[in-house]
Amino acid sequence: MSEVKTIATRVGFGETLMELGAERDDFIVMDADLAAATQTGKFKKAYPDRFYNCGIAEQNMVSIAAGIAATGKKVVVSSFAMFAAGRAFEQVRNSVGYPHLNVIIGATHAGISVGEDGATHQCNEDIALMRTIPGMTIINPADDTEARLAVRAAFECDGPVYMRFGRLAVPVVFDETYKFQIGKGVELREGNDVTIIATGLMVKEALEAYDLLKAEGINARIINMATIKPIDRDIIIKAAKETGAIVTAEEHSVIGGLGSAVSEVVCETTPVPVVKLGVYDVFGHSGPAVKLLDEFGLRAVNIVEKAKEALALKK
Amino acid sequence: MDANFKRQLEKIACKVRIGIIEGVHAARAGHPGGSLSIAEMLTYLYFKEMNIDPQDPKNPKRDRFVLSKGHAAPALYATLAQRGYFSPDELITLRQIGSRLQGHPDMKNIPGVDMSTGSLGQGISTAVGMALSSKHFGDNYNVYTILGDGEIEEGQVWEAAMFAANKKLSNLTAFIDLNNLQIDGTIDEVNSAKPVDKKFEAFGWHTITIDGHDYDAIEAALAEAKTIDKPVAIIANTIKGKGVSYMENAVNWHGAAPNDELFAVAMEELTAALAAFN
Repeated sequence: MSEVKTIATRVGFGETLMELGAERDDFIVMDADLAAATQTGKFKKAYPDRFYNCGIAEQNMVSIAAGIAATGKKVVVSSFAMFAAGRAFEQVRNSVGYPHLNVIIGATHAGISVGEDGATHQCNEDIALMRTIPGMTIINPADDTEARLAVRAAFECDGPVYMRFGRLAVPVVFDETYKFQIGKGVELREGNDVTIIATGLMVKEALEAYDLLKAEGINARIINMATIKPIDRDIIIKAAKETGAIVTAEEHSVIGGLGSAVSEVVCETTPVPVVKLGVYDVFGHSGPAVKLLDEFGLRAVNIVEKAKEALALKK
Repeated sequence: MDANFKRQLEKIACKVRIGIIEGVHAARAGHPGGSLSIAEMLTYLYFKEMNIDPQDPKNPKRDRFVLSKGHAAPALYATLAQRGYFSPDELITLRQIGSRLQGHPDMKNIPGVDMSTGSLGQGISTAVGMALSSKHFGDNYNVYTILGDGEIEEGQVWEAAMFAANKKLSNLTAFIDLNNLQIDGTIDEVNSAKPVDKKFEAFGWHTITIDGHDYDAIEAALAEAKTIDKPVAIIANTIKGKGVSYMENAVNWHGAAPNDELFAVAMEELTAALAAFN
């Protein structure tokens, strides 16, 4: 087996901003004193005149971005998910969301895999928060390939976009032939016994779960749901009808995230069992990211367990 | 200032005050006190200071205005109507279902509104963003905003102030409507941000303190602001409820509409004031 390349999605975010900087000069990038960590520092280094550091003041940064966007210009703001979606929630809602302004929020260090920093920085609630804002687009890329494509797609999007990136280096799942489209889920494996809908770093785990289930004679359908909002209703409804049972997998709270979004569509259209894998309404804690993913049950083996639960519930 | 022009502005401010009272009365809700206190600042900005055109409200090179104290929307709407962005007849639809005139300013639907505001403290940051955009992209327009003296208790205001000074946004002018009252009581009782001038100066701004109802003082302050190489805060001492006797300096008129009887009293006072100009 060849060595799988691993790279954090935040790296693709920073490098793509730098590429876009070479292609166009009609946008501004802002950060709140985390440019090295979020990777906007790459853009800052290449285009210092187009980068503004707001200091440790995320609420101000988000409203400033709204003001820039209100003048008809494009702007990218970046911070950790905890602060971009959490601390600045109301600024995202009222300054950016209500007027539906073209602000791209690049939120890094999302989820439990932040690791050693612990609970205060492990944001498992950002998707839930952002989903409640009307007109918000939410993208949670699975790997480096998708992250880079998603950043470019966000620049063409009308209205605000929340992009979720991780700190941890994760395996590259998709090659250069991969097509990304906002609002479209992608079927990665065919199967009709059960559907596993995964997002972010759980996509790789879902692909491993496919093989484990296959070995037990269970044919799982694997869907990558990078866009959490607007959610791809068609691919969910089709999966519910054709496989009759669904598992969702996300590195996020099971309250309000992908699992909730999928459940809402399924309950209202095609009621079948939906079993959610995610962070079960608890805070995280310090530790190496890979050990935390094991401890919090965010692995292929956990997806396999949930798939079996879903199959048992299936009529 | 030319005496005739000043008289003209004073007359427009009187019409703006009538628009505020008519709108709030029709809505049976709204914020008359802090609307009446900023009529002179708004009319000077929209009739003299700002490079704007009601026929071309989206011109990318226009000056911008952000009503950071968004609850004073009735004053902004009445000013925009007097300036010709829409008919003054629309003012009585304030806060009604189907009306463009939302309880707080909505940039998507109201001609002339440059930013949606209402959640206190956010407006000044958006004005900072506009001023930054103007400088960054070389569009060279000016940005104006009005904040309340209660509003500046919000921490975000000081984040914005720090940033604006650090980035030397000399094209940004913020009026602080110092009317000394907020919903729950006097500024001093609730949580005073005074001395306001010293605080802005400590954050790197140039400050000018004026009588916010005096057009000559407003004109002089804005002229001075143009010569300063940093953001400018104009601390405007005002009377909350200005122009309606029973609303003046009365905390209970922060966010309440007059009943029919008191509406009649207010209209009698304001129409008499207007008639004095003829």
